[in-house]
Amino acid sequence: MSAAPEHAPTMAQTTLAERLGPYMPVLLVPLLALAGFLAIMNPASWLTLTVSGLAMGMMIFIMASGLTLVFGLMDVINFGHGAFVSVGAFVGITVLMTLGHMTQAPSLMLNLGAVLLAVLGAMLATGAMGWAFEKVIVAPVYGHHLKQILVTMGGLIVVEQLIIVLWGPEEIYFNRPEALKGAITFAGAAIEKYRLVAVAVGLAVFAAMRWVLRRTKIGLIVRAGVENGEMVQALGYRLKLVFVGVFIAGSALAGLGGVMWALYQEVITAHMGNHAMILIFIVVIIGGLGSVEGCFIGALLVGLMQNYIAFIEPKAALISNIALMVTILMWRPMGMIPVVKAK
Amino acid sequence: MIRSLLSGDMPRSLPLALILGGILICLALAPFLFPGVRTVDTAARICIFIVLVASYDLLLGYGGIVSFAHTMFFGIGAYGVALTSVHMGRGFDAIAIGALAGAGLAAALALLIGLFSLRVRAIFFAMITLAVASAVAVLVSQLSGLTGGEDGLTFKTPRQLGPAFKFGKEMFDGSLFGVKLNGKLLAYYFVFIGATLLFLALLRVVNSPFGRVLQAIRENDFRAESIGYRVVYYRVAATCLSAAIAALAGSLYAVWLRYVGPDTVLSMELMIDILLMVVIGGMGTLYGAMIGATLFVLAQNYLQNLMGAASHLVEGLPLLPELLSADRWLLWLGVLFILSVYFFPTGVVGRLRENR
Repeated sequence: MSAAPEHAPTMAQTTLAERLGPYMPVLLVPLLALAGFLAIMNPASWLTLTVSGLAMGMMIFIMASGLTLVFGLMDVINFGHGAFVSVGAFVGITVLMTLGHMTQAPSLMLNLGAVLLAVLGAMLATGAMGWAFEKVIVAPVYGHHLKQILVTMGGLIVVEQLIIVLWGPEEIYFNRPEALKGAITFAGAAIEKYRLVAVAVGLAVFAAMRWVLRRTKIGLIVRAGVENGEMVQALGYRLKLVFVGVFIAGSALAGLGGVMWALYQEVITAHMGNHAMILIFIVVIIGGLGSVEGCFIGALLVGLMQNYIAFIEPKAALISNIALMVTILMWRPMGMIPVVKAK
Repeated sequence: MIRSLLSGDMPRSLPLALILGGILICLALAPFLFPGVRTVDTAARICIFIVLVASYDLLLGYGGIVSFAHTMFFGIGAYGVALTSVHMGRGFDAIAIGALAGAGLAAALALLIGLFSLRVRAIFFAMITLAVASAVAVLVSQLSGLTGGEDGLTFKTPRQLGPAFKFGKEMFDGSLFGVKLNGKLLAYYFVFIGATLLFLALLRVVNSPFGRVLQAIRENDFRAESIGYRVVYYRVAATCLSAAIAALAGSLYAVWLRYVGPDTVLSMELMIDILLMVVIGGMGTLYGAMIGATLFVLAQNYLQNLMGAASHLVEGLPLLPELLSADRWLLWLGVLFILSVYFFPTGVVGRLRENR
């Protein structure tokens, strides 16, 4: 009988890099903020920029989350997503402007009520529009990427032109409600109130989304559908119905994002959705198509990056986002948090 | 001879052959058949757009890849010629260098974008090209020192291509069939011949083994990969080729207009026009590009007036005049676009070939 082979287990300690690896995407946000701090070297402006970067990121996240979920669930890429942003903004701002007496009043409750009504109106409108868009434009071209891209692009053009027909071709300027105007000073940095509100709303949406996806039955079905749709259908769930629901929810969120974006810019144009679309695509690609968490992190990165660079070298702002996307794709070709499909 | 010129890709349908022949003859003799500044300008635009749309069809129809950066490549070619003409002075050498540099830069950029996006999934390509193209458009309007910003660049082409240049005084008394023999005529034929050569080159490409592999990848990339073709390489090569030819078409456009600006060569509207031309004419066949571009440019030049007239007719009715006004041209294009993708995916050429 031969002797048992030598067995010398090695208990190599995992290096710090290995242990940090999985959390790297999450860590990127504070790292970027730190890099921004080192580049700017002025705590007050850094704080202002960071808050506005976070606010912008939150708004982009709200707009982009629907797109990424829709893709993950049904492999549908919606180039017309920007249309919901525009429509949301126009409907919301129209409601706000008709409620002028409420927004101009110095009462916080009245102001908030008006904004809430505007947001509700916008979300209802875009939700309904999302339902129609899904039925008319997307449904006939399932499983055909090329046609999806073409048709949804066509849908975007039509909606954009219809906005011009209904609201006219000019840009519409307006004022934020009284309660959202002005800034507060904190540690020597002026921070616009509205940006804080945007950050809070963004966090709330993200938390709610995570809660729905992780803790509820419907979220379970959605997540399972993303991973393996056929299996979920085989278990007796009507995934198509779930998908329509997600599409509507995503459209409504895009509408919410549109209102927030409009309040941030204080001007709306028919092309604003188209412009937002570019940032949304960058965010969705960075995050990994189909992943809500990736989308969130990507949006924050893009928002911070854009604000820091715009402060340091204004002309490079848009290019910086492309550079960010390229860097991340070199590091992780499928995006930061790739969605694993069991196929 | 015709067969080898067309690389064996015959129209395969009598009406189609007649239409194509008609378009060719009209374009070849445009200055003589339809004398007039505006009609010749339309004809030149048709020539250039045929090449541009055909090069896009190489990507979309043959490769099955959607790109939104095609106007960017077109613009790179146009700005190439404009910049060299401004800085080197008028001359054919400036045009040649500008066109080649533009084509080279476009191909290099396409290579970069393609390597980044196509190796993962083809759908990334559409999104990334959209982002990059809009960034470049913003950049071009911001770098006003180099590119003239929103105003664009006006420049001089060689004297032989300008209206002041007269020739054939002794032989034809300065005019032929009532058409003045001047540099504008030469410029038209410069564009026409350039466009014809590029189109024939594209025909050669799509009917070569390379084109066949592209079609195979479009139909089933997984199977093409298993047969042993490196899908990524073929897709990237198609992207580069199509970008270079789009840039050359842009150079022709710049030579014809003697002006470049972000609105004329880089705008998103132009990209949508190209998409529409491809879809109307028929994806996956270069003759579709020919028909699509011709129909579209004609419609754009003449139908818009009609829409204006229609909107005057319904004046007083609610909303209708707004919907029909010539500025809402894009709205109807969008509707037409969606309908043709659904009901008419093979376009005019596909229909004609079916009814053979």
